[in-house]
Amino acid sequence: MSSVRLRLDGSPVELEAASSTSLLRALRDAGHTKAQGACEQGECGSCLVRIDGVVQNSCLVPATICEDANVETVASLLNQDLADAFARHGAVQCGFCTPGFVVAAEAALASAESLTYDTVRERLAGNICRCTGYHGIIEAVLEVSQRRREANQ
Amino acid sequence: MTTHSPFSTRFGTVIRPDVPPKIAGEFEYSNDVRIPGMLFGATKRSPHAHARLVAIDTSKALAMSGVHRVFTHEDVPEGRLLGHITHDQPVFVLDVARHEGEPVAFVVADSQERAWQALEAIDVSWQPLEPVTTIEDALTKDPIHPQGTLIRELLIERGDDAVGEVVVTGTWETGRQDQLFLAPESAVAYPSADGGVTLILATQDLHTDQQQLCAVLNLPPEKVHLINSGIGGAFGGREDITLQAHLAIAALALGKPVKTTYRRSESFLAHPKRHPAFMRYRLGAKSDGTFVSLEVSIDLDGGPYASTSGPVLGSACYFSAGPYRIPRVRVHGRAVRTNNPVSGAMRGFGAVQACFGIESTIDLLASKLGIDPVEIRRRNVLVEGDPFPTSGQRFEDQTDLRELIDRCMALELPSSPATLDLDLPGGTGRTLMGSAVSRGEGFALGVKNHLYGEGVPETSWAKLTREGNTIIVESSASECGQGIQGVLDRIVRTEFPECEVRFAVPSTWMQYSGSSSASRQSWMSGSAVLGAAQKLKSQTSSGEEPESAEFEYRAPATYRGDPTNGTGDIHVSYMFVAHRARVEVDTELGLIRVAAISTAQDVGRVINATEIRGQILGGIAQGVGFAINEHLDTPSGLAANNSLTDYLVPTAADMPLVVIDVLEQPDPRNPLGIKGVGEPSAVSSTAAIANAIRQATGKPITRVPVRPSDIALAN
Repeated sequence: MSSVRLRLDGSPVELEAASSTSLLRALRDAGHTKAQGACEQGECGSCLVRIDGVVQNSCLVPATICEDANVETVASLLNQDLADAFARHGAVQCGFCTPGFVVAAEAALASAESLTYDTVRERLAGNICRCTGYHGIIEAVLEVSQRRREANQ
Repeated sequence: MTTHSPFSTRFGTVIRPDVPPKIAGEFEYSNDVRIPGMLFGATKRSPHAHARLVAIDTSKALAMSGVHRVFTHEDVPEGRLLGHITHDQPVFVLDVARHEGEPVAFVVADSQERAWQALEAIDVSWQPLEPVTTIEDALTKDPIHPQGTLIRELLIERGDDAVGEVVVTGTWETGRQDQLFLAPESAVAYPSADGGVTLILATQDLHTDQQQLCAVLNLPPEKVHLINSGIGGAFGGREDITLQAHLAIAALALGKPVKTTYRRSESFLAHPKRHPAFMRYRLGAKSDGTFVSLEVSIDLDGGPYASTSGPVLGSACYFSAGPYRIPRVRVHGRAVRTNNPVSGAMRGFGAVQACFGIESTIDLLASKLGIDPVEIRRRNVLVEGDPFPTSGQRFEDQTDLRELIDRCMALELPSSPATLDLDLPGGTGRTLMGSAVSRGEGFALGVKNHLYGEGVPETSWAKLTREGNTIIVESSASECGQGIQGVLDRIVRTEFPECEVRFAVPSTWMQYSGSSSASRQSWMSGSAVLGAAQKLKSQTSSGEEPESAEFEYRAPATYRGDPTNGTGDIHVSYMFVAHRARVEVDTELGLIRVAAISTAQDVGRVINATEIRGQILGGIAQGVGFAINEHLDTPSGLAANNSLTDYLVPTAADMPLVVIDVLEQPDPRNPLGIKGVGEPSAVSSTAAIANAIRQATGKPITRVPVRPSDIALAN
């Protein structure tokens, strides 16, 4: 086991990790539960976080290479307009996938491209939701995209 | 994109109390629970589908640092068995393992990592036995379980000997679908001061779990308590005991809190799945398309233990004729033990398989007679006063099924914008050559009961406490994400508009509200909460002291079928839905895209419009998966695709365009006119898609999920 120091949502944290320990597991073992694990194979997106600005499945990233990294979860990436839109559009049922969807959605919203129904679906296709059938999530992201564009004009 | 439906505004839409913390990542699920000083467990499982246990050597594991104890069948007195309805399942393999992944030992260590490492150090000697993996083998070879091969057999017979001038036959088969709730099983057990044990877990049914644990631990209910943590989805997959007994035994023996969390690969093996069904249909009609007779046989692969196979078979058989007027019906159903994974409850509970059978057979008849498939259904649906085709139960105060069909057909199926390659068959694989796309449309009608039925007594309890301007709701109904707390919240607010509503954490310290299954909680616990609210209002209030009111709601009675012919007043009431699907098929590669679905559903009365739409869309997503992808393949009884890499579920890119209409025909059998909404969307969406694929390709399409080979290689 070695010790890994990084910044998590702006605060310094120290994690214990073996060479085979994923960032997801190291975070959760230390009680940081903002990222969830549902497949631990990079298939479901429940564990998405942003590492030094790049969105990644934290179950596939060895914790030991995250020394000094800036790791961001839903706690620092969620904006209130997206939270409101998720709630109003029925984007959440069991909610286990939601923090991962928030990370993917905020990344899509932050990108330069102007989002359409189809591009949102493509950008969210790495995340699995078993409850909602996705429409509420897609609508919420599209609405926020539209509003942020209008606000920037 | 989804068209918003003409939802009533009586209750409007409420944002459920659990939703904002879920979005912020602040909601606690059972795998987030931490108790100081807790240990971690891991489950050693049978690698064989069928094998005799020769010996277990735990010495190497126990010699590892950080390993506390290994539990096996020796820690459970003989004869103490688990089982939802039938007690037939050992806590640990006793003499014979009957399915892959059956628990044989539970090791407890200082960390989850260490517990997993210790699994490798447990030596188990097995003598492999021939696995029984087909219905045919199960019925002809020696039983694999001391309680015999048949978990349940059901015969239903109604009407005269008429057959009909035109007869079609079909043989239909369905796959083994996993609920794939997103949060794998996880729980913590800790010993309590009175010599008992408490579990923090994620279950659909607190009190049924408690009963089973009491039997295994030989403790009275007041010493075994369960508290529901956040539940990351369920869909039927959290009705049975998986890790609960292991954790309780370990916590009691070690005097410390013990936690375990399953990995996805073992989650697939640990909880019961949707039953594979093998069905034969023979439908007779007059030449004008009027149904005359139906003969059905349904065999369900139950796996080695009963779980809910009995009632699932009941549901499959009683809904095998759909919601149609058929004067002569004969149904023979069997639920059979095999060495495949255990089957049990999943959204739709037997009605999904039966719907694929009857709706496919009706399409064969329509095609043979040259009658439009929607029109032939319209002519034959049940109307007020008819006997239900299987049970003979009088059809009264039910949905106007012609209106339901017409509403579904009145919706325009949206055209795919096809601006992306992923909107074509082959999707992100981008394999389509362009010339080989066939399009087809299919229609299906779905029916299922809500509430348990078949004579199972059914109650739900609720208690409301008013403290100033806050109402605290106590209900042990499980919030799995389906939105029951939003429903209860809305009902309480409607009675007390000036009050805030809070929920006590559901636990077995509360009285029984029953399982969050069978689309029953809105009806049952909604009625209980309404009763408690009305009682609280009628009490004279001093305004100073907190005041409480409790209410137990009892559902209308149902009965077991007549032992000779299976008929009787089996169900309280029914739910109905219609689905129309459009598919696009690459006929060369056999790849399918479900492009669009329209649906109409009778929801009784809208309590929370957003959540109704969520249930409709979510069930369609699972129906799409079951139609074209989802099957846990088990050659020789061993799972071949128990990971999210190999078991494919629909993503946002796979989800069709959906348009929705709802009917509100309040059910007079409960005070709010509620109908369940959870299951119908999953009942007939699969059948409609299969009918569309058959129409698009001209291939027989006799099984779901439809494989590429069923199209590209079929005659």
